[in-house]
Amino acid sequence: MSEHEVEHQLSYGFLALILAGLIVLTGVTVGVSYIDWGFLNVPIALFVASSKATLVLLFFMHIKYEGLVIKVSFISTMFFLAIMISFTFWDVAFR
Amino acid sequence: MDKPVDKTGIKIGMWIFLYSEIILFGGLFVLYAVYFHMHPESFVEGGLKLDRIFGAINTLVLLVSSFTVAASITAIQRSKKMHAIWFLLFSIGCGCVFLIIKYFEWGAKFAKDLYPNSDTLLDGEPGLNVFFGLYYTITGLHGLHVIIGMVLLLISLILVIKNKVTAERYAMLENSGLYWHLVDLIWIFVFPLFYLVL
Repeated sequence: MSEHEVEHQLSYGFLALILAGLIVLTGVTVGVSYIDWGFLNVPIALFVASSKATLVLLFFMHIKYEGLVIKVSFISTMFFLAIMISFTFWDVAFR
Repeated sequence: MDKPVDKTGIKIGMWIFLYSEIILFGGLFVLYAVYFHMHPESFVEGGLKLDRIFGAINTLVLLVSSFTVAASITAIQRSKKMHAIWFLLFSIGCGCVFLIIKYFEWGAKFAKDLYPNSDTLLDGEPGLNVFFGLYYTITGLHGLHVIIGMVLLLISLILVIKNKVTAERYAMLENSGLYWHLVDLIWIFVFPLFYLVL
């Protein structure tokens, strides 16, 4: 039973690399915000934010190294969140 | 003495709680999306009133603290107690810096008469009032989470010092860390949506 509970150690160097990536993406999102992309403003901001969130989730929060239960339940939560946001928004947008 | 510890179970419990937090903030983001759709000009105007330098610095502070929390777990796994203590102290310090910056940021808005029920907002555009209402609700709730996260990290720090959190058993530190990362995750979305909408 305990053989399955392998602990994953991430080295300081690897974690620092993820941090560097996050800082670069923060710079990108701030830099890009000074340009007006029209209706693409929010999608671009959300795309960069989602990329940052993915890095934090996969490595800082160790999801990449978790078992199936946490992975599947997390994806289900995201799926539910997407339904909640998109269905409400469609209702409002096309009323 | 040697009761078996279900490490996976402990983590699943924490994650289920985090899902409820995600849905809580998700609900607020739905409100944001709907009101943004109804008052796009006001939201842009409101966003330009926020200080994106403050926002960017706070983003960096939270990202760095997330890194040090993740590093403290690595340190505990390697039985480097002193490393873990310093990483945790630094993370809690980052939480303090975040709140101090937030204090000055809110203070600057209050000075400009931009707070719930202020004359400027009540007599101005309804969209601007909604924007600042959401701004104070979401950043306020997030600030509360920062404080709770700092308390959890402090408890973990004390347990590390007392040798209650060790390389064999560090679920408390790991779960506090997960909570802290969630606080960081929420800020990653709050920052562009409020400070960077043009």
